[in-house]
Amino acid sequence: MIDFSERPLASFAAGADPQKATRDGYGEALLVLGERDPRVVVLDADLARSTRTEWWMKRFPDRFLNAGIAEQNLIGMAAGLASVGWVPFATTYAIFVARAFDQIRQSVSYAGTNVKIVGSHGGYAASFDGGSHQGLEDVALMTVLPGMTVLCPLDHADTVRAVEWAASYQGAVYLRTQKEPAPDFTGGERPVPFPAVRQWGSGEDLALVATGSRVHPSLCAAAMLESEGRRARVLGLTCLKPFPEEAVRGLAAARAVLVVEEHMMRGGLFDSVCAALRGTGTPIKAVAARDRYGETGAWHRLLEENGMDAAGIHRASCELLSRHG
Amino acid sequence: MTNGADLQELSTLARTARRLIIDAIHTVGTGHAGSSLSIIEVLTYLYFRHLLVDPAHPQDPERDRLVFSKGHGAPALYAVLSLRGYFDPALLRTLRTFGSMLQGHPYAGVLPGIDQSTGSLGQGISCALGAAIGLRMRGSPARVFCVLGDGELQEGQNWEAFMAGAHYRAGNLVAILDYNKLQSDGFVDEVLSLGDIASKLRAFGWSVAEVDGHDYADIARGLNAADRMVPHFVVAHTVKGRGVSFMENVLHWHHHPISDAERDHALRDLENAS
Repeated sequence: MIDFSERPLASFAAGADPQKATRDGYGEALLVLGERDPRVVVLDADLARSTRTEWWMKRFPDRFLNAGIAEQNLIGMAAGLASVGWVPFATTYAIFVARAFDQIRQSVSYAGTNVKIVGSHGGYAASFDGGSHQGLEDVALMTVLPGMTVLCPLDHADTVRAVEWAASYQGAVYLRTQKEPAPDFTGGERPVPFPAVRQWGSGEDLALVATGSRVHPSLCAAAMLESEGRRARVLGLTCLKPFPEEAVRGLAAARAVLVVEEHMMRGGLFDSVCAALRGTGTPIKAVAARDRYGETGAWHRLLEENGMDAAGIHRASCELLSRHG
Repeated sequence: MTNGADLQELSTLARTARRLIIDAIHTVGTGHAGSSLSIIEVLTYLYFRHLLVDPAHPQDPERDRLVFSKGHGAPALYAVLSLRGYFDPALLRTLRTFGSMLQGHPYAGVLPGIDQSTGSLGQGISCALGAAIGLRMRGSPARVFCVLGDGELQEGQNWEAFMAGAHYRAGNLVAILDYNKLQSDGFVDEVLSLGDIASKLRAFGWSVAEVDGHDYADIARGLNAADRMVPHFVVAHTVKGRGVSFMENVLHWHHHPISDAERDHALRDLENAS
């Protein structure tokens, strides 16, 4: 089920949309949720001031638990809370989700407890902190777990939708947010059932498939291509698991497919797209972290360095088209 | 409480539970006999004298919870739950068998009476803590109990939970350590010593009682020492393989099939016990 946006590709450019951080979307959505849903409880692991659960903590102190710098216990407590009827949002940085992988695997996924795990500062977002803090593997880890829903919202508005959906959904959810203000562009779209697969443009030359923060720059790259007479379309995926096999398989007719994600090439969107297009013969390339860690630097510099900004995506698109266009 | 007749009833239940375990592991050829036999008196006392539970209503939101964190001791939990009336004791013979509700480690959702799926050591206490806090937050009087293994306490996560339990004053949480001194690779003191475990837990802010884990009166004393203001830790000194002469304190019986001759010998030991 694809929702076709009416917004023209040409309208996408840097600066064309307001900038809002997805972590703020998380913080704001929780406040709205907290008023409406008495079952929700929020946990953090000493990162509340960064993840924005601090806003909840101030508003609903009786429904906030800080686990301290103890991610394994964070997850375990969340599982226990869920077992007695609460809807917990266990929050930390995307990179530290791995710290509690066995706990998520055993006490949440395997045990079937209704826990929502939020990984903030996903990708290169913890940019100045450096490679030790940049969670580039989180989607891979969460996607391999049976029954886990994996969400990478495209922007602030999408994050708000994701949080509301996660609270009402019965089952484990992983939700990735980020730090810096980024283009907020899906808010103007017509409401569609969450999670949606959105498509912009309908060009047959190149299909870009992107998730999370890389959707907007992919749209900007597609706009550049269009101005050069190349016809592209962009698929933006919020939900990476369950994976929209059918929607992606529909891209088989494109001359080539470019997958864009702020994540390791292995185990993320690229692997899922390749699996969906197996046997079709459609050339597929990735713009992703190529088996190397991040490093210290401004977020935009790191994205540019890894070819993940609009210019980089445009470059990769042209290369791909020159070989298969 | 724990008068002669009461004691007799509990002892009989414990003997029956041990018989069920020996029979089950012998039948299916797999299972942790030593680890299961050491915790029988504690579980019997909990389910027959202490926990506010009703096997007819295993999902009652206000029931006391028990998280069996040393999940490999599942045969013990299964045996006692079956005698308590959660399911038919005949099912013990399907232990660890494909398609059985009696999975190798406790799995909630398929077997009545299991409050939390466990198996990966060190995680149960966190879940128990979360449940305890969650119950208190919604005004429930229910308490949460967690059975831990000694080797299990080597897992760091436990200590995160101990810190948090004291910080959150989880007075409705009781942890019981099955301190049988043996783990898979040898004596706990030789593999990775726990040191003075009682002092450690006191230092972490828990109240602590040390009991003979095979003496009902002592178990009762230890459990009743909880003041319900701070989380409580009962160190139950136990014997791995208790009740079967050739299994007691023998490493081999951490996990091993039981032969026909061994089964017969074990059942005779149980029969002859006073």
